[in-house]
Amino acid sequence: MRITVTVDGTTYTDEVEPRLLLVQYLRERLGKVGTVVGCDTSNCGACTVHLDGHSVKSCSVLAVQADGCEVTTIEGLARDGQLHPVQRAFHDNHALQCGFCTPGMIMQSIDLLAENSDPDEQAVREGIEGNLCRCTGYQNIVRAVRDAAHEMRPGAGPEAERMNEDVIRGAQAGVHRS
Amino acid sequence: MTTAAEPSLEVGKGRLRKEDARLITGRTRWTDNISLPGMLHMAMLRSPMAHARITNIDTSEARQMPGVLAVVTGADLADSQGSLPCAWPITEDMKSPDAPSMAVNQVNFAGEVVAAVVARSAAEAHDALEGIDVDYDELPVVLDMAEAIADGADLVHPDLGTNKSATWVFDSAEAGTGGNVDEAIASAEVTVERTFRQQRLIPAFMEPRSVVVDPTGEQVTMWSATQVPHILRLMLAMTLGVPEHKVRVIAPDVGGGFGGKLQVTPEEVITFLLAQQLGRPVKYTESRSESLSSAHHGRDQLQKLTIAAQRDGTVTGLKVELLADMGAYLRLVTPGVPILGAFMYNAIYKIPAYHFSCTNVFTTKTPTDAYRGAGRPEATFAIERMMDELAAELGMEPLELREKNWIKHEEFPYTTVSTLTYDSGNYEAATAKAKELFDYDGLRREQAERRQRGDTVQLGIGISTFTEMCGLAPSRVLGSLSYGAGGWEHGAIRMLPTGKVEVITGSSAHGQGHETAWSQIVADRLGVPFEDIEVLHGDTQSSPRGLDTYGSRSLTVGAMAVLAAADKVIEKAKPIAAHMMECSPDDLEFSGGKFTVRGTDTSTGITDIALAVFAAHDLPDGVEPSLDADATFDPENFSFPHGTHLCAAEVDTETGQVRLRSYVCVDDVGKVVNPLIVEGQVHGGLVQGIAQALFEEAVYDESGTLMTGTLADYLVPSAADMPSFTTDRTETPSTTNALGVKGVGEAGTIASTPAVVNAIVDAIRHFGVNDVEMPCTPMRVWQAIQGGAQSAAGPGSESGGGVGSLDTQGGAR
Repeated sequence: MRITVTVDGTTYTDEVEPRLLLVQYLRERLGKVGTVVGCDTSNCGACTVHLDGHSVKSCSVLAVQADGCEVTTIEGLARDGQLHPVQRAFHDNHALQCGFCTPGMIMQSIDLLAENSDPDEQAVREGIEGNLCRCTGYQNIVRAVRDAAHEMRPGAGPEAERMNEDVIRGAQAGVHRS
Repeated sequence: MTTAAEPSLEVGKGRLRKEDARLITGRTRWTDNISLPGMLHMAMLRSPMAHARITNIDTSEARQMPGVLAVVTGADLADSQGSLPCAWPITEDMKSPDAPSMAVNQVNFAGEVVAAVVARSAAEAHDALEGIDVDYDELPVVLDMAEAIADGADLVHPDLGTNKSATWVFDSAEAGTGGNVDEAIASAEVTVERTFRQQRLIPAFMEPRSVVVDPTGEQVTMWSATQVPHILRLMLAMTLGVPEHKVRVIAPDVGGGFGGKLQVTPEEVITFLLAQQLGRPVKYTESRSESLSSAHHGRDQLQKLTIAAQRDGTVTGLKVELLADMGAYLRLVTPGVPILGAFMYNAIYKIPAYHFSCTNVFTTKTPTDAYRGAGRPEATFAIERMMDELAAELGMEPLELREKNWIKHEEFPYTTVSTLTYDSGNYEAATAKAKELFDYDGLRREQAERRQRGDTVQLGIGISTFTEMCGLAPSRVLGSLSYGAGGWEHGAIRMLPTGKVEVITGSSAHGQGHETAWSQIVADRLGVPFEDIEVLHGDTQSSPRGLDTYGSRSLTVGAMAVLAAADKVIEKAKPIAAHMMECSPDDLEFSGGKFTVRGTDTSTGITDIALAVFAAHDLPDGVEPSLDADATFDPENFSFPHGTHLCAAEVDTETGQVRLRSYVCVDDVGKVVNPLIVEGQVHGGLVQGIAQALFEEAVYDESGTLMTGTLADYLVPSAADMPSFTTDRTETPSTTNALGVKGVGEAGTIASTPAVVNAIVDAIRHFGVNDVEMPCTPMRVWQAIQGGAQSAAGPGSESGGGVGSLDTQGGAR
């Protein structure tokens, strides 16, 4: 089947097998290997990306279901060389060790903050419970997400993530906006 | 010369990690990310049977399937695959079966590889597995350790004639380090005997294992998601007979290990052989279910303990009798894991008589091997549970009982009944601090109140005052334990002409933050900026020697080698500095990156010397034009971190639900290089230890099939399952290394399990409960409350309790 998907601001058109998972499409066809696979039962959340601005486990979405959609991966978050506030908060709070769960954890955290711009500790813990981390014990992840919430007011969300033409042109020209 | 008294700028600072930049942006190099020209993909067919003879394998259909280049079975590899290595023959008469990477005639656990397909794409390789037909003749499964060693038991490996692999014994009377334990028990005023089950666990690192082998160069290059690239290279050479210098192993970004990637795996060997055979790069990446069912498991011991004491609480003897489940084969250090615990049952206590024996048993289950703590969590769990049980028996406050028996801070260095010499520690200080942070007395009051009014939610307080041995290990000690290698580590420094520094380490990080911590250490020692240092690791070409990362050894052993190399750089620079400044080397002092002529303000920076050495136009006679240096460090002793962990658990007596209300730990890991990293290690360790207490278990059904083969069934905790922790530290420097540091990687896991179980038992002891088997699921806790007393056997096989998956009994109990 032929699909057209915009991933991190670039539009791709490809023939894909109907059974191809979105995560396989991202990794194997587009080389977006920043998004990883951690399980085969959609329990770990390592493959979390945004589909039209909302988090999905890309192992549970077929590539054909993403036809006509906009996908944002961990590789598309930074703008003009500036890290997304959630990325920065993960760094600042030592919220990662091996880093394998980190892309999914960051993408899920952004989605969480889009729904609740000031989550308390329990809300963060429940908001990321579909994403497993084996290294950090979660404490610093929770701290990072809440830290990012304070940085990001009035909140992240699909709007903040949309690759509008200005942004793309700016990125291509290497323009650094403050 | 540079000394420890020098003002320290970087060490001790909570530096944000260098590693993060690539990890938070997706610029990662996981093995599965690697793609090479002409690369093929492999898929494995695994046995669904736990124990069976292979009578026939028909691969003809698979060979015809599109994109398939090769289909191989064990028979095809029988002559080339060798036997997977076991580096730790714990006794001279240890029985060790042949361990083929791919089963040839017989499978001995469910998940063992029986065939492999190599195809153009991963999807085509997996599709072709369907075209392989294997006929099995079922053999009786061997699942229970006690039954396995009974007379007339079915045998896992009939040719060995027994399911006992080895029995390893330490006896303090025989060793001359203490008394006779049977006499101590016979003459004791009080004895307590308990049997604990260390359930089988799965390391469950987040990155599934992956391996890529490229045979197209002069050296065969293997990328692998491994903790041990150096050991892997050596073992590939020794197992397959390939010349060592023709093999290069790279551990690129590795997504966690926890001992689970301390292995030479069947998959690595098979991928190597197939890539060689086909002359093209081959990649194999396991699925999560393959990982859970066939990558090595951990723990799985039955622990029988007898503790002898006087009425006043003085412990007079400890006897430990273990059965340890090896699974079907002996992997790299399988037999040695329980033996690592032998030195730790006496823990922080002065125990005058001690006996340890462990019988290693084969079963038709996945092989066990190292998992975070490896032997020491088992020991700590058992002794800390026993101290609570003894306190209950004596009617003593459990912390007072511990204090009565522990080594006082003024008694260090202290040689224990199990022959180790603890260099330093201060159990009083850590405990006092933990009690205060925890509000120990306040919680005890609340506990009494709740008990008095018969609250349906009871409060329990769990204590774990632990120590561990880490920094594996002095080579002579490993030699005395018949381990197959030494315990040294290698490090090197390359001084670049522009003043930048490359640090080479044999440690192989997979999340620990070595790039950051090593940079801090070298920045201080050489007086160069943190940012100017690059740490190279995990590639046998760039870091040529090493023994890799496990056993909390990287900082206490690996970083010491780096430090020693840095000192050699300074020594090499000194005569050149003297030459440049026209003075005697004896007049120079080195500080803050500069050689200064004593008593003057004339100085030369070490980076200027690096440039002068590069030019080499004007060097003293006989001095080589290089500041580079390397060093190999062999520790003289282990390091012994310790700490006091306190857990308050609320148990709903009507449902058996356990809620961790607060958890305080005060760890003493000596000097701290980076407090941020230390805290992170403790957090993660705590959760793994707590998960053993509450959630995780690898459960097999009666046919030997793993029922917890997905992350829906094997309950790795999520953020919502965990509380926040209060972590703090005391700092008693180790006296056995130059920085005064101790290991921290395993401490949290070792300490937390008994703290949680002690809290649960403490909450419901008045119902007559003296143990709850792990994991302490609501069902087990509830049944313990109902049944009182020994819950030990209880319902044993339900999987964790998460989604309630399958019932092995096939219906209502």
